[in-house]
This record gives sequence, structure tokens and C-alpha cells, in this order.
Amino acid sequence: MTKQITAWIQAAPMALVLLAFLVAPIVMIVIVSFWGATEYSIYPAFQFDNYQFLFGSPVTYTVFFNTLKYALITWALTLGIGFTVAYFLAFEVRSLKWQIALFLICTIPFWTSNIIRMISWIPFLGRNGLANSTLISWGVIDAPLEWLLFSDFSVILAFVHLYTLFMVVPIFNSMMRIDGSLIEAAKDGGATAWQTLCHVIIPLCKPGIMIGTIFVTTLVMGDFITVRFMSGSQRANVGRLISNDISLLQYPSASATAVVLLVTVLIVIGLLLRLVDIRKEL
Amino acid sequence: MTTISKIRYSRRSVLKTGGAALVGSALSAPMVWGQESKNITLRQFGTGVSNLNEVATKVKEDLGITLEMTALDTDSVTQRAATQPDSFDIADIEYFVAKKVWPTGNLQAMDASKIDNYDKIVGIFRNGKLTPESSIAQGTAPHTVGFVDGPDGTSFADHESGWMTLIPTIYNADTLGIRPDLIGRPIESWTELLNPEFKGKASILDISSIGIMDMAMVCEAMGEITYGDKGNMTKEEIDKTFAIFTEAKKAGQFRAFWKTFDESVNLMASGEVVIQSMWSPAITAVRSRDIPCVYQPLKEGYRSWGGGIGLSASLSGMELDAAYEYINWYLSGWVGGFLMRQGYYSAVPETSKDFMSENEWGYWFEGKESTDVITSPFGDKLAGAGEVRDGGSFYDRMGAVACWNSVMEENQYMVRKWNEFIAA
Repeated sequence: MTKQITAWIQAAPMALVLLAFLVAPIVMIVIVSFWGATEYSIYPAFQFDNYQFLFGSPVTYTVFFNTLKYALITWALTLGIGFTVAYFLAFEVRSLKWQIALFLICTIPFWTSNIIRMISWIPFLGRNGLANSTLISWGVIDAPLEWLLFSDFSVILAFVHLYTLFMVVPIFNSMMRIDGSLIEAAKDGGATAWQTLCHVIIPLCKPGIMIGTIFVTTLVMGDFITVRFMSGSQRANVGRLISNDISLLQYPSASATAVVLLVTVLIVIGLLLRLVDIRKEL
Repeated sequence: MTTISKIRYSRRSVLKTGGAALVGSALSAPMVWGQESKNITLRQFGTGVSNLNEVATKVKEDLGITLEMTALDTDSVTQRAATQPDSFDIADIEYFVAKKVWPTGNLQAMDASKIDNYDKIVGIFRNGKLTPESSIAQGTAPHTVGFVDGPDGTSFADHESGWMTLIPTIYNADTLGIRPDLIGRPIESWTELLNPEFKGKASILDISSIGIMDMAMVCEAMGEITYGDKGNMTKEEIDKTFAIFTEAKKAGQFRAFWKTFDESVNLMASGEVVIQSMWSPAITAVRSRDIPCVYQPLKEGYRSWGGGIGLSASLSGMELDAAYEYINWYLSGWVGGFLMRQGYYSAVPETSKDFMSENEWGYWFEGKESTDVITSPFGDKLAGAGEVRDGGSFYDRMGAVACWNSVMEENQYMVRKWNEFIAA
């Protein structure tokens, strides 16, 4: 009995913090999503208007599709780049000193704010920007490429730039924990480098890949500022829909959209966790 | 409106102000008696346009009142005025915002008899007429939301009732900005914004209440839609307007939409965009980089806006007196001159004249050719000798207003449509 009470007390601080700062705000959002709004105020009610409008508008589906599209493409690219970088660091670089040094170099861009990192692409990709003028002077193109900036391309480029490290770190961590003798055993058994990669390294990196995937998809799905700046406000994802509503004082409608987004993200993560049991693997 | 560049210019003066305020308060501490207003602090918030640190410095110098300024963007200003009444003493908001904010009861009506220069305030803000012959433009014209019935009035009065919602401070007539060097031919009409010639090189602003008016000016100029009142559209009119612009957007007419002042400057200066909705100081900012940019007067007229100061409902006693003192000081000329030298207009132009040189008054107000270099209050050169202001004199520009920024009855519907337009 006393043991049980001690356990409860030990768990209480964390539970209280989560309750106050995670559960309570989400409950508030869910409650407000059923409220009504006028031009300048919100009033308590229990109505389904916000959801009705949300699911009744074709724009919602386009925007959710866009959000998932950004998440999927960004995920594929960050995984490809992140895995390669981590592989190089873990298996090609031999000395621990160099591994740490190169890993720190990867984090250098994170010393500035991500808004700065994002916005610095704009003059580079612009119509008269560095990329276009270089390509023209090389004779690769005759006229500036318009799709470089304020397009899906620039949005995804910025996402990949911002979030690849979130893939590198957990994968690198998993790779460093692979027992070297396993790889030697594979080699001794006559496996090619490719076979070792597919049958030994990738399966053992699964938890890292999964953690990186969760980071990247949740970050991309919740983003609104990257999409706004890099698309020149021409594209929308769910985050922008919510931020537009908030700036126009439509809190209930913003809450309803947020609830639907939250559910979507939870479903995505739920599916991911069914693929890999992170707890077991860690 | 957000004018981040202004804030940049005045960073040094902030430091100075901070120092001066410290010294000032330290020295004046022993002589508190009889000078209560010296210790009064008023918290003001508004858009970056008029929330300038120079104003706070000067009011401290002249009246001893400490003004704490917060500059926000248009949407955040509305949000704060409507939802956080205890966070401010003075709200510096646009007239169309008053329509949203007044019903919340967060502001109190002002007694016009306590305003010294009330009789000299430009007619636009009193009976709606610039000159006795002028006609009143469409939209939320300032005088329609400028008065209430009495000190506790909740609905707007249609005459000069003596109880004001806002004291007008700053206003201007907006139009399209163009890059004459990249266009190379005269631009005369709002229709040019959707001219396929500028495909991928046009932009409008992503602030629904203002953007919809620019759209309406274009659609009306094209002859596609005849509005009953551009400032109060019906659902059908809203649908038609967005249909035209969504089609243009899908065809790639727009390079980008902008939300902040700086974005509009960068789009124009980099040549990404050659024609777009723009604000007057943004044109100035492009020009100060030696890039040609014109605030093009158009034959259909201007889209106009006006801002004013409102008092928080919770102000009373000494603070309220100080606020009236501040308002009277505001209209007495120094601020007006300071704003007019940036290209805005003051609510009481004649008092501002004393704070401007003859050359400046001639250039900014009378539309005359400048006799000498025109510089901004921040020291940037805006025009050389022998240049004329785009659009001409005060009466030419404010006399050609076609509509005012507004909030319409179908605003919620319009906002949803705007969201769809952005996502389309």
C-alpha cells in the first residue's frame, strides 16, 4: 500500500505538468471549437457550425492534401539526405574526433534563427537572383526560371534545408550503437556492401528513422510561416488556414481546424508506430 | 500597416530617449508637486505608421507625459483593441477597425468641446466632405463611424454630435505602385493590375479588408462588375470579385502576395514585381535605394484610409486629463508636420504648416514643384529640386478618393472567401 502511494507521489509532478500545460490547453481548444463567433467576440455555445463549414468547403480538402503532400515529399528527401549523411559520419569517418567535429559542423546552420535561414533563400532564388544569373551566364538557360521562387519547389527546398538535421541526429545515434562485429560477421559471411546495408544496417536503424520521421512530419504539418514566406502567400497549408482565422478573430473556426489537424497528425503517428515498436527497439 | 523600416531608422533615438527619460525622471523627482502629468504614463498601441518613437520623445519634452508605444500590424491591432481592453490607454487604430471595436465597449467617447482645434479638423472627418462641393466616397468613410450619440452612445451618429469615437490623426490616398523603368509605358487604370502583359509580375496585399477594396477597384474599372457600394458588397458581388481574381491567380498573374510593409518593398525593389498595391512610405523606401518607383495616380481614383486615436474605456481622472492634453498636443502641429514630411496627411493641416519649410509645404501639400531637396524626417533624400509629388496637391489626391477601407456586413463571408482565394 505505502509502496503504491510512493509510486503515485513520484509520478505526480510530471502528471501535473502534463495536465496543466498539455491536456488542459487541448481541452480548451476542443471546447472553443464548438463556440460561435461574431466580428469581434466569441460566445459559448455548442454548435457544429465550424465543423460543418470546414468539412463542407472544398478548400479544406485541397489544403489538407497540400499539407500531406509537403510532409510526404519533405520526408522522402530528408530521409534520403539524412541517412546518407549519417551513414558517412558513422561508417566512413573512422576516428571519433573527426566524427564529433563533422557532426558539429552539421549543426552550424542552427546557430541562426530558422526565419533567417529561410528568408536568405529569397534573394538567392529570385528572378534576378544568384541562381538565375549564374545559370544564365553559364548558358544553361536563356530566361530566368520563374518556378525557383514562390512555388512548391521553394517551399519544399526550405523545409528540407530546415529539417534534415532532425533526421540526421536520430539515425546517426542508431548507427553508432550498431555493434561493429555484426557488420564484420556479414562481411565474413560473404555479404556485399549493398546486402549489408539492406539486411543489417537499415533494420537496426529503424528506431532512428522512425524518430526522425516523427520529427519531420509533425514539424512540416504544423508549419505556417515557411509556407507563407517561401510561396509568397500563394500556397496554403493547414497552419496558414489557422493563422488566417486567428488574425481575423475567428478563434472558434481556428480551433476546429486545429482539432482536425491534431487528429490527422495523431493518426499519422499512430500508423508510424504500428510499423515500428520504438519502445521495444530502444 | 507595419513599417518595420521606420523602427530601424529610429533605433538610435530609442537609446537616446531611454537615456533622456532616465535622466529626466531622476532630476524631476524632487519637484513632483504641481506637475502631476509629469509622472503619468500612457500606454499607446497602433500600427507602425504613426507609432513612432520620435513622437514619444517629443511629447515627453513638451508635456512631460511618458508614452509607451507598441507597434503592431493591422490585424493584431484590431485583435488587441477588441480582446485586451486592459492592455492600453490609447488605441491608435484605423477608422474601419472602429466599426469592429466600438461594439465591444472597450473605448470611450470623447468630448469634442475639449478638443482645441476641433473646428480646424478637415471636413472628411466631420461631415465627410473635403470641400462643400465634394461627394462622399464609398466604403467606411471616417465620418460615418466618427461620432456617437452621447458619452455612453453605443451606435454611430450620422451628424457631428460632439462625441467622437476617434480623433483623426493620419490618413492618405492609396493607389498602385509601379516600376516605370520595367514597364516603359504610361499606366492609367486599375485594370492594368490584371493585364496579362504583367503575368507573373503583379502582386496584391494579403490583408483581406484592404485587399478586397483593391480588387473591387480593378473589377469595376474592367467593367466586369458594377457595385452598389464597394464598401458593403452583397454575397453575389463578393463571389464575382473572387471569381475574377481566382482565375487570374490560377493563370499565374501574381508573383506573390505581401502582408508586411518590408515584403512589398523587397518585391518591388528586386524587380520580382512591377505593379502592385502599395503604401506611400513603401514607395519612398524603394526610391531611397535609387530605384525608380511611382505611386501612380489612376483615373478611377484612390482607395483611402484614415487612422485615429481612441481612449480606453477604463481611463479616468488624471490619466484621462493627460490623454486629452496629449490629443490637443497631437493636433497642434508638430506631429502633423512630422507625418506630412513622410507623405501622409495631418487631420489639421494648417497647424502643421508652421512646422514645415515653405519648400516642404509646397511639395507635400500644395503639389508644387520642389525648390530644393526634399528629405524625410529621418534624413533620407526623397526627391530632388524641381520634382512634383505623384498625384499632385492635397485637394487633387484626397478629392479623387473612390472608396474608403471598410468592414462590410458580409465580412465573415468575405473573409472565408479570402481564405479560399489564398488556398486556390
